[in-house]
Amino acid sequence: MTTIAAALRLTGIKKSFGATQALRGVSLEIAPGEVHALIGENGAGKSTLMKILSGAHAADEGTMELGGAPYQPTDPHDARLKGVAMIYQELNLALHLSAQENILLGAESARGGWIDRTASRERARAALALLGHETLDLDQPAGRFSIAEQQVIEIARALLTKPQVLIMDEPTSSLTQADTERLFATIARLRAQGVSIIYISHFLEECRRIADRFTVLKDGETVGAGQMKEASLDHIVTLMTGREVKDLYPRTAHALGEPVLEVKAAVSPLRLKGASLRVRAGEIFGLAGLIGAGRTDLVRVIFALDELESGEVCIVGAPAEAATPHHRWAQGVGFLSENRKEEGLMLTQSLADNITLTKHETFGRFGWINGRRQRETAERWIGELRVKCRDGTQRVGELSGGNQQKIALARLLEHPARIFLLDEPTRGIDVGSKAQIYQLIGELAAAGKAVIVVSSYLPELLGLCDTVGVMCRGELAAVRPRPQWTEAEIMRVATGSA
Amino acid sequence: MNDTAKRMLGKAGPFFGLILVIALFAIPGESREAFLSYHNFKIILTQTVIVAIGALGMTMIIVSGGIDLSVGSSIAFTSVVGALLVKHGWSTAPTCLATILTGGVIGLLNGTAIARLRMTPFIITLGTLGVARGSAKWLGDNQTVNYDSSPINGWMTTPDPFSYALPAGVWVAIVLAVITSLVLNNTVFGRHIFSIGSNEQTARLCGVPTQRLKIAIYALAGCFFGLAGLFQLSRLRQGDPTVAIGLELDIIASVIIGGASLNGGVGTILGSMIGALIMAVLRNGSQQMGWPTYFQEIIIGLVIIVAVFLDRLRQGKQA
Repeated sequence: MTTIAAALRLTGIKKSFGATQALRGVSLEIAPGEVHALIGENGAGKSTLMKILSGAHAADEGTMELGGAPYQPTDPHDARLKGVAMIYQELNLALHLSAQENILLGAESARGGWIDRTASRERARAALALLGHETLDLDQPAGRFSIAEQQVIEIARALLTKPQVLIMDEPTSSLTQADTERLFATIARLRAQGVSIIYISHFLEECRRIADRFTVLKDGETVGAGQMKEASLDHIVTLMTGREVKDLYPRTAHALGEPVLEVKAAVSPLRLKGASLRVRAGEIFGLAGLIGAGRTDLVRVIFALDELESGEVCIVGAPAEAATPHHRWAQGVGFLSENRKEEGLMLTQSLADNITLTKHETFGRFGWINGRRQRETAERWIGELRVKCRDGTQRVGELSGGNQQKIALARLLEHPARIFLLDEPTRGIDVGSKAQIYQLIGELAAAGKAVIVVSSYLPELLGLCDTVGVMCRGELAAVRPRPQWTEAEIMRVATGSA
Repeated sequence: MNDTAKRMLGKAGPFFGLILVIALFAIPGESREAFLSYHNFKIILTQTVIVAIGALGMTMIIVSGGIDLSVGSSIAFTSVVGALLVKHGWSTAPTCLATILTGGVIGLLNGTAIARLRMTPFIITLGTLGVARGSAKWLGDNQTVNYDSSPINGWMTTPDPFSYALPAGVWVAIVLAVITSLVLNNTVFGRHIFSIGSNEQTARLCGVPTQRLKIAIYALAGCFFGLAGLFQLSRLRQGDPTVAIGLELDIIASVIIGGASLNGGVGTILGSMIGALIMAVLRNGSQQMGWPTYFQEIIIGLVIIVAVFLDRLRQGKQA
């Protein structure tokens, strides 16, 4: 490894928050024009490291060099000016402002406080041209664009300051396969222009495709690094988890029973255009499709979160008129939202309150809640799902993303449900925990529960499900047993190119 | 700041504020003797009653992520209703019940409009603020409503003003504060209030009947405001439709000083009660010091800003 050519070099970075030591000595070296995968489980310290790199936190110890010169950003703005830009997992756009305004936010071209519209437009165009998206309508409000386009806007904003290093945190977690391909093309363009990219992702297959080299973090330390081509996935997973994960998709024996849920020609005001499906007890039913195909709409309609325009949702053993989320829980239907921050969890409330929210009534008598029993329940799930936290009284918002997701799942598992609607259940979760969640889903099916899994991650659907239905433009275009599907076939149906 | 210190500050913050404010008036020699007497604290407690009872309802509303600007007008309206009922010869118990329920009905209307019409609480209650104030004046024929006498008149004083006994109003406020605190922390209803304030979408997804809950919160809070109106009547011994103008701001300030967040999901009854006391101590102390009222207003305004700033410091560091 040459020491002169590094675009970015971190040595012995340490960082503590109170008593917890988040980083115990991380070293990282990235060459110009290199795509470098940063890999690690939830809580391994990736986010903390990136916050230090992008100036949001200061390191306690260690040195950073950018292009050979010492690099000590005082805040994110300073980091951007010095040449380090970051794309966060959650998009940070002002949805009411236009694409152009979003790209130039904080770096507007102005003369004496007045926005220079011509110069602004040129700079926004130039940034988009680097990404191969010259045709994007700059005057539309950002909220009108698809998630993938919003991400392009966000990357364009990062490119405005001509960064040497661009950090991407889980950029594909909310993208479909096709959009992911487009993003990879964008990354290849940037690499060709000499931009170094730190790519953080839980999708190892992706890292393998896109990255030149990798670094693995575990418990705040660098535990391995190397050329991506020379490393096997098994080797990386072993480095990450410190143990061998034998079977990512453990298959639990389960038999399919009677139908428990049927949707007949569901039409919703927004996306559903006559979707029908039938799920049986003990069945894991996967819903694939592009974003906007109506997968999420379908499960929301089943859970009565959104209203039907026409069509029917029949839950066996439940009266048709009792259709609110409140009724659904009582009927034994559980729902996991794909959007845990905005919808899934109460971030300012405790783990215990979050886990038991759907069944507070059962934790005491006459409307009074027995706090001790509630905490015991929380502690049980914390142990079972290996949630990294202080205890059941901690606020959910203080946990890392993957651990938050486990809390959302715990609420579902705690509720006595027989039909589970899981919208992107493993989004943002590390490999070790994913295997655990797959195991749990398998056990649910083995216990005779029906499970619907919505996912954009095809290997997951193919590894886990008994039946996969592919949605296209608001309808279930095809429903087949898993052995009859391949990734390519799913994509063919999902894109309507049948 | 480490975690424990932060949590300590969070819990004890309002207490420190109260001690600080008391110290402010206890240290100067000129005011110490009069200020630090049991008699004076009795006055302060009595002066806190109306704001404190209002703050009980307001804490529930703010924790649920809402706001109610119509409190001052509700208090005026209900006190006029109470006065009219006494004047028409109603006996004490039915008068009290009707006055409290009047507040409840105003809350019910607020809550129904907010939940069913999906309008923001700020706008709805800003409207009710005007409607209730105007209706109070209409009912009272634009003047105070006087009556001969009523047992209600005795609830904000003690027979012997210099005795150690506290007026009934103070005890009512204390008992209600304890009950409300227990309800907020230990009942399904209470935890659901926190849940919709913290994340209404999550609450809905988890089967919490968010609309019904909102209506219940505003209606119950309205009952508290009706009770505050009753004590307003007791203090003035007449129904005055122009009373309690701007009192909503004192009540909201008490809740905020007590550590609640206007974003919802955070807040305690103990904190709000201390907040109400801080406001009353400031008023009382300023009078003892002979400061002009405009000076009191400035100080109270600054205290609100400092309290919220300290809270932001604490919350911000946690994120």
